[in-house]
Amino acid sequence: MREPISTGAEWTFELIEQYHAEIAAIAEDFQLDTYPNQIELISAEQMLDAYASIGMPIGYSHWSFGKHFISNEQQYRRGRMGLAYEIVINSNPCIAYLMEENTMMMQALVIAHACFGHNSFFKGNYLFRTWTDAEAIIDYLVFAKGYISECEERYGIEEVENLLDSCHALQNHGVDRYKRPNPVSMREERERLEEREAYLQSQVNDLWLKTVPQKDAEEEARQPNFPEEPQENILYFIEKNAPLLEPWQREVVRIVRKIGQYFYPQRQTQVMNVGWACFWHYHLINELYDRGRLTDGFMLEFIQSHTNVVAQPDFDSEYYSGINPYALGYAMMTDIKRICVDPDEEDCKWFPEIAGSDWQQTLDFAMRNFKDESLISQYLSPRLIRKFKLFSILDDDEQSELEVTSIHNDAGYRNIRQALSNQYNLSMNEPNIQVYNVDIRGDRSLTLRNVPHNRAPLADTREEVLKHLRRLWGFDVRLETIGADGEITSTEECAA
Amino acid sequence: MATVSRIPIPTRDISEPTFRKDKGGVHEGVYPGNKEFTQGDRIKRPINQGRGQGRRASDSGEGDDEFAFEISQDEYLDLLFDDLELPNLKKNQLRKMTRSKTVRAGFTNDGVPTNINIVRSLRSALSRRVAMGAQPRRQLHELEAELEALEQQVGGDESRRLELQQEMEALRGRIRRIPFIDTFDLRFNNFVQRPEPTAQAVMFCLMDVSGSMDQETKDVARRFYILLYLFLTRSYRDVDVVYIRHHTQAREVDEEEFFYSRETGGTVVSSALELTRDIIAQRYPPSDWNIYAAQASDGDNWNDDSPRCEQLLAKDLLPQLRYYAYVEITRRDHQGLWEHYARLLDSHDNFAMQQIREQVDIYPVFREFFRKHAQ
Repeated sequence: MREPISTGAEWTFELIEQYHAEIAAIAEDFQLDTYPNQIELISAEQMLDAYASIGMPIGYSHWSFGKHFISNEQQYRRGRMGLAYEIVINSNPCIAYLMEENTMMMQALVIAHACFGHNSFFKGNYLFRTWTDAEAIIDYLVFAKGYISECEERYGIEEVENLLDSCHALQNHGVDRYKRPNPVSMREERERLEEREAYLQSQVNDLWLKTVPQKDAEEEARQPNFPEEPQENILYFIEKNAPLLEPWQREVVRIVRKIGQYFYPQRQTQVMNVGWACFWHYHLINELYDRGRLTDGFMLEFIQSHTNVVAQPDFDSEYYSGINPYALGYAMMTDIKRICVDPDEEDCKWFPEIAGSDWQQTLDFAMRNFKDESLISQYLSPRLIRKFKLFSILDDDEQSELEVTSIHNDAGYRNIRQALSNQYNLSMNEPNIQVYNVDIRGDRSLTLRNVPHNRAPLADTREEVLKHLRRLWGFDVRLETIGADGEITSTEECAA
Repeated sequence: MATVSRIPIPTRDISEPTFRKDKGGVHEGVYPGNKEFTQGDRIKRPINQGRGQGRRASDSGEGDDEFAFEISQDEYLDLLFDDLELPNLKKNQLRKMTRSKTVRAGFTNDGVPTNINIVRSLRSALSRRVAMGAQPRRQLHELEAELEALEQQVGGDESRRLELQQEMEALRGRIRRIPFIDTFDLRFNNFVQRPEPTAQAVMFCLMDVSGSMDQETKDVARRFYILLYLFLTRSYRDVDVVYIRHHTQAREVDEEEFFYSRETGGTVVSSALELTRDIIAQRYPPSDWNIYAAQASDGDNWNDDSPRCEQLLAKDLLPQLRYYAYVEITRRDHQGLWEHYARLLDSHDNFAMQQIREQVDIYPVFREFFRKHAQ
């Protein structure tokens, strides 16, 4: 006997509450752990606003947000861009914006997708747990907005704007991305080894000291670098070490850095995050249907929307614009469930540890402990590679032709999996630029080192970024590029 | 030890530079939907794949921003002429005859039928109907409830029932009789006549077309005049433009001829000034018109003529003009005319002169002419 919650396309606040309650009950049955939800219904204009402020409900003022608003608005007006049905914010309570022009079905889908899918992901995934603090983000943004407008009043809008411009240019370099807890034993081992070597060396030196007069010059040349080890977190380095910054300027650098850090996990978990959310909206809504709470019409509309979202056009299609993270993510989550529930011989060979296991636990583990890069290299199955008919192409600018390195066959699975994983690996896609040295006894110039991955050069925008960096640092800035053999291949200076 | 050093400063524009990878190097990408490829196939590099163009999304996830900011011509001119003003605008410039303009001014309760605002009228009709029907409807609901209660009772009071029904009928009648729309509901769009001060302006463009003025110099003059014209149209709805060209004789011509036809000959600037004076006397009485004049020249003049120009300006023209701007378009030193004109500067605040050396000077010189003066 069907007892649908609603039959029409129109939504009301009561219906939204009712759907939310029913979906919440099912989500609990599936043991989804979520923050409490806060649902806001907004207009298209407000959605554009939210786009511009990177989806946050509040933010400090800077012209770049207005720029993004205008460019989004123009694209939207000309029909070149559809708006997202929803925006969800990693905060506690988890704030989800729903568009008021959606139908009831769409609102229910979005509630399942955002308020339970994304929400549980924010709460569970290790990157979000490590890098973001859902409790504090809104308060922090309120503080940031207040602080920056106070600075504008005190030091002038232009002054603050210039500073923010410079910080934004380096916002992607405000995270300690390579810092991982090292296995302690290994390090201790090495230290002991070094101690021993140092002891032996001192014995040798002693000999030489006593027999040969030593010059100090050599020692001076071997002055330790500052910082001792290269630092990848450029903004942090600026905040702590830039000689000329005023305290308020350091605080602004810190604000930009913190906000950049807050979005760092999102950039690394696109596929997983949307895949997880799609998987759950599909399951939650289907379960709701199975319990007789939805009409057939609702389901047909739902399936159509769902299929559109997770469609993957072929590379030669005119609709192709890269691999659709929704398609890949959803397919992977569904596939992991299939491997657990209904493994075949191939799965048992490739995934012996999860084939036949409890699917909810396995999925939960995958959601919590991976990011895009590692999820793909861990779980992308040959079956999916065949389904998507993936192939990899090697583009070497020293060769006149492109080479198809692997396709969806036995010989190619592993390589495709690795290549796809690399495609989502931020450290391979973003330039590796680190603070290398400061000439603390000389002109205080700052030296950065760029280690290109696979010879990929830096875009021309680097010159401008260097100027911004110079403004923050206050003294000359130098960018050295390191070639494959470890030699400096080029040096660019931004000097007075 | 003082050293001069240039400090590099980031460009202030709307680009948002970041460190990012460019195309190049070695890159292995994964694509979906393989149809005919097998391992080891070699494919020609697509030609149009150059730098971040084409449909293929860049793997860094960042393409070039396609961003254009749209402003209207008015907004542009606002920016262009920001902080500039027409000098010497006096109250008496307003002609006595004022023109008025019809503008919207909200809504009103009476007016002519053509101005009825349907939406507002129906809205107020609806609210009136709701308000007037509220009391009878409430009574009706009470009676309905009573009647229902009565009918549930077995053997209820029959006479009371009839009474109730009659009362209800009467109430329904009252509700029905509430008029759908009443003259009281009508709302009219309100228009008022706002007096618009109209001021007429005429701009005299004077240019030397003697042999020494080459096309490039004329082009600079033309740009200057266009700028002046745009600026005047900001303050005056209609600006008459009078083109006067001269060599040894002055002639009033049309725009095309003014800028493009060539003549040769000597230069007698006073001829143009005389013609201006005559045209003003014939067609543009200074009491009715705001008169502006701008003269462009390469500075050449027949020597004996310059003192006469000075006189003409001082006696005949400047007292009648709002503003007279003289631009000398030359890279050489100032010529005789400049020196005579310079004498006028102190005694006349509606006279100004500047030198333009090349095209880039036009806008700064223009700004200099019309800079807002602190009062």
